[in-house]
Order: sequence, then structure tokens, then C-alpha cells
Amino acid sequence: MNAAPNTPAAALSRRTPRRRLSAFLHRHAGVRLSLLLSAPMLWLGIAYLGALAALFAAALWRADTFTGDLIREVTWANFQDLFTTEVYRTIALRSVGVAVAVTLIDLVIAFPMAFAMAKLASPRAQRWLVIAVLTPLWASYLVKAYAWRVMLSSEGVLGWGYGLTATIITLSYLWLPYMILPIYAGLERLPNSLLEAAGDLGARGWRTFRTVVWPLAFPAVVAGSIFTFSLSLGDYIAVKIVGGRSQLIGNVVYDNIGAANNLPFAAAVATVPVVIMLVYLAAVRRTGALENL
Amino acid sequence: MSDPAVRLSGLRKSFGAVHAVTGVDLDIADGEFFAMLGPSGSGKTTVLRMIAGFESPTSGTVELGGVDVTRLAPFERDVNTVFQDYALFPHMSVLDNVEYGLRVKRVPRAERRERALAALASVRLEGYERRRPGQLSGGQRQRVALARALVNRPRVLLLDEPLGALDLKLREEMQVELKSIQREVGITFLFVTHDQEEALTMSDRVAVFDRGRVEQVGTPAEIYERPATAFVAGFVGTSNLISGSAAQAVLGREGTFSVRPEKLRVAALGDPVDGAEHSATGTVSEVVYAGPATRFVVELDAGGRLIALQQNLQVSSMDVMGLRGTKVRLVWHRRHEFAIVS
Ligand SMILES: Nc1ncnc2c1ncn2[C@@H]1O[C@H](COP(=O)(O)OP(=O)(O)OP(=O)(O)O)[C@@H](O)[C@H]1O
Ligand SMILES: [Mg+2]
Repeated sequence: MNAAPNTPAAALSRRTPRRRLSAFLHRHAGVRLSLLLSAPMLWLGIAYLGALAALFAAALWRADTFTGDLIREVTWANFQDLFTTEVYRTIALRSVGVAVAVTLIDLVIAFPMAFAMAKLASPRAQRWLVIAVLTPLWASYLVKAYAWRVMLSSEGVLGWGYGLTATIITLSYLWLPYMILPIYAGLERLPNSLLEAAGDLGARGWRTFRTVVWPLAFPAVVAGSIFTFSLSLGDYIAVKIVGGRSQLIGNVVYDNIGAANNLPFAAAVATVPVVIMLVYLAAVRRTGALENL
Repeated sequence: MSDPAVRLSGLRKSFGAVHAVTGVDLDIADGEFFAMLGPSGSGKTTVLRMIAGFESPTSGTVELGGVDVTRLAPFERDVNTVFQDYALFPHMSVLDNVEYGLRVKRVPRAERRERALAALASVRLEGYERRRPGQLSGGQRQRVALARALVNRPRVLLLDEPLGALDLKLREEMQVELKSIQREVGITFLFVTHDQEEALTMSDRVAVFDRGRVEQVGTPAEIYERPATAFVAGFVGTSNLISGSAAQAVLGREGTFSVRPEKLRVAALGDPVDGAEHSATGTVSEVVYAGPATRFVVELDAGGRLIALQQNLQVSSMDVMGLRGTKVRLVWHRRHEFAIVS
């Protein structure tokens, strides 16, 4: 046989190992998918779930009161302390309150902004607005927190003083882009014709918002709120800088790792925001709003 | 005489430097099935959007039933739109989609339900009430969009290429259906399309658009048989122009003339021509066999080219293919040739 080497038949007959592997992967979509996902899965499994498991395991140990050494015996004592001590309950509730307040404030500011960016601005203005929203993320967290400290100090331009309100304002500022961007992306995907169809069928602005825009943007709102809520729940630096004497969960964790040298108790406290987030996600899931898309 | 359902006067729209609509005057009568036909970018959608209220004209007015609505918002106008992408609300069931307009107008629950179900029945979608738009085929979505608009009993229904996304067979079915629904409900349909066949088969009258203007308004027969301009002749059907020296030689007249391909008879050179007929000789340069008919491209001896369409009544593909390269005589009745304004 003297077929030209470049005919398709010849190409098929040259079954190099690489070719055979490609063909095998082509035929077995499952294998292909698991190979593609293995790296992210490994990362998620070890770095993330592993860390969570370690956290929870550590929370079941206890530390020697004097030396701070770990005693690796399983005990629920840390959680008992956490739930029975009045001050921790107060701090946990306060932290949730702050996170909810920050999320709501960001939502109220972000939604109209994102809507204007996605639906009203010209394409050119849109690009600039996205950059404008992103710019604060380039500056250091500490710089922004201290800037608010200066503004809020009794001699500053705002002069409202420090405390819980100052913390909420500062956190709202810090996490605002994380609320704007997902909502912007969500509204951007919403076809203009849906808004026009609502108007065409007689709906005015508010009804269109309530019956079309909000339900379709809701998953994006949830995505944004997960950022603002969890970032607020875990924060301990902003509250140190502008919070005056108020304490949040993050401070308790931090103080127990540092000054108190009680790692197991810190771990127990740290599971609280994780559990709260899980409860939040489960609640959102139950509304069924995420399945529509 | 009652006021027209839609009256457009001196309607213009510019987007910055783009002049999308450059002066449109149209009267559309009550109950008419009216088509706006034109090539891509000729401003059809823009006109429709100005009637719906999504776009406000740079100048000119829109009247609905004798009332100037130029400055009114979409929700204040008695028109409904079937969007090209259907724009069904993806998070609502088919029934909720259809009831939307009635709910906005606070129609009582029982009546709302009844009317919505009737609308769905009229587009043959009983039993689909609980589905989501995502669970429907393209043709079914199109019909939901139609029901959602019709249920409001608007004065005018605006349709922007509603059949554009459907395949040929479904499109032909929907053309027939749309026409019968329109006859049934008696609502004025204003229909945008760039498909000339669709415009001719469905509408009572057609407006042919080109570059933001209306080139000609008329019944399908008028548009097809008496196109006013070379553009209309070319866009609606095959233009088949005879002009310049060829017009002199063949017709003995100055100007530009057009004959539709199916009006031409392909005859042998020596065939007799009667007094009411004109004819021209030429060479067949191309023969396209298309099942029921055959298309001949004939290069005229006097200059120019005509296309003739012949029904394959008694001939087979073998017979017609042999004509390529031969000399023939094209014959047509004088009343089928018409002058074109250039
Ligand atoms: N929002 C807009 N901004 C700028 N130019 C526009 C806008 N809408 C339409 N145009 C321009 O106006 C002209 C007419 O557009 P239009 O959509 O009315 O055309 P059409 O006849 O509907 O075409 P098609 O058959 O392709 O839908 C086009 O040149 C288009 O690019
Ligand atoms: Mg269009």
C-alpha cells in the first residue's frame, strides 16, 4: 500500500498513544469531566473543607488554662461556654445585627446604582462606572478603614465619633462593590425586552420592578448578600479601628488566639459565623428563588 | 369616516448621526392586517417602537384612533407588542404570563382566568398553562407571546418579525394561523417582516421601507404588479428591468420597464407573436430546475437580462436542461409590462 501519508485514512491508522488518549477522553465524557474538575476539587476538598473540618475538630479540644497547650480530648465544653455565657450571646447577636444592617444598607445603595449602570448608562459610561466601582478595591483595606476613622473622629469632617454605627458605616463602604458587581452582572443579563414587555402590558415602574426586575435579579442579590454578610460577620479590624469599645465575633476569635491563647475556644467561636452562613444559604434555597434560573 | 387606527405624520428618528427613520406618513385603518416590509436596517423596528412608545420620535406625531399619543408612555397606550424574542417572563408560568396585563389592569380574578384560558385556547395551547416558557418550543413560545398580547384586546397589535425564529414549515403554518386569528378578533395587526412572500400572502396592505422612508404603500397585488420604484420592483420579487437602449429596441419607448418572471413565456425563435404582445430574443445562459417550475436566465440580444419562470406542466428536467445556450424568444402581454420611476 502506498497511500499518501496525509489522507484521513492514514491519519486514522496512525494511532499514537496521545491520539488514543484523546479518543478515549472524547468517548468517555465522565472521565473527561472528572479530570478537568480534579484540580479545583482537590483544592476545594483539602484547602477549604479540610480547613473547616480542622476548625471543627479543634473546637472539640481544650487548652490547658495555664500553659495554653492543646489537650486533645473530645469535649463539648467550649460550645457549652459559648452558649451559656451571656456576653458571647450578646456579641453573636450584635455581629449578626451588624452584618444584616451592612447587607441591607449595601443593597439599598447598590441596587439603584447597578440598575443605572446596567440599564440606563450608555455602553461607554457603563465601562467607566464599572471601573469606578472597582477602583476602591485597589486601595488597601487598612487605608480605607483609617480614612473613615479620620472622617468619623470628633474633629473629622463627619465627626460622628466611633462605635457600632461607625462600624456599620465603614463596613457598608468597604463591601459595597461586592454587592454592586453581582447585581450589575445579573441585571446586565436581564433582556431589556422584558422590561419593555412589562411596560407594554401596562405596568408602571414600581410594578415592573416588583414583578419582573426583582424576581429575576434575586439570585444576584443573594450572591451579593453572601459577600457582604459573610465579610461583615468575619470582620474584626474595622471594628477595632472605628468601633470604639464595641466587640464583634471576630474580636472574640482574635483575642482568644492572641491574648488568651485558647485556640480551641477561638475555633468554637469561629464555627458560629460558618453555621449562620449555612443557615442563611439553606433559608435562601428554601425560597426556591435560585431554581428559576 | 372614522379615524384611522394608527396615523403617523412626518415621523422621524435619529440616533446621533444615524438617521433611522427619515419622514414616514402612514394611515392604517381599523381592522387592517398591515405589513411593514423592508431590508435590514430600513427602520421598520424603529417605527414600531415609536408606535409602542419605547422610543420617542425626533419629530412628527403618532396618533392612535385620532388621539395624539406621541408623548405618552408605553403603559398609557392602547397597543400591545409581540416581541421578536417573545420577551416572555421566564419566572412565571404560561398562565401568569398571559394574565399579566389583566392583573395590571385589575381585572377581577375569575374574569382574568377565563379570558386568559380563552386566549390560550385561541392559539391552541390548552394544557400548557402550568409550564414555564423555558419548557416550550419556539413555536409554542411565539403563541404564548401572541396570547399574552391579544388577551388585552388592544386597539392595535404590533408584531416585530414574530415568525423570524421559526423554521420554514412552522412559519407557514403560523402565517395561516395568525391570519385567521386576526380575522377572528378583528384587531388591527401591524406586522414587521423582511420576508416579501410573508408580507404578500398575509397582509391587506403593505408598506415597503427603504432607508428610513416608505417607498410605496398598497395592496400586495399593487405592490407586486405595479411597483412604483426600481427599489420596490427589486425587493418584492425579481425586478426584471428593461432600460436604456434595450427599452428603445424592444418596446420602442424611453424609460425603465419591468416584467415579472412568471409573465414571460419562453418560446422558439420563430413562434408567432400577436399584436397585444411584446417579445425579445436572447440566449439562455442559465437553467435552474426547481421542482414545480424552472427558472431561465436569458441574456437579451438588445442588452440586459431577463429571468423567466415557467411551470413544469408537461416537461421534465431533461427537456429544460437542454435549453441552456440556445436562442429563444421571450414573449409577454403588454399589460404586464410597467414603467418604473427612477
Ligand atoms: N438604539 C439605537 N442606537 C443607534 N442606532 C440605532 C438604534 N436602533 C436602531 N438604530 C439604527 O437605525 C437603523 C434602523 O434600525 P431598525 O432596527 O429600525 O431596522 P429594521 O428595519 O428593523 O432592520 P431589521 O430588519 O434588521 O430588524 C439601523 O441603521 C440601526 O443601526
Ligand atoms: Mg427590526
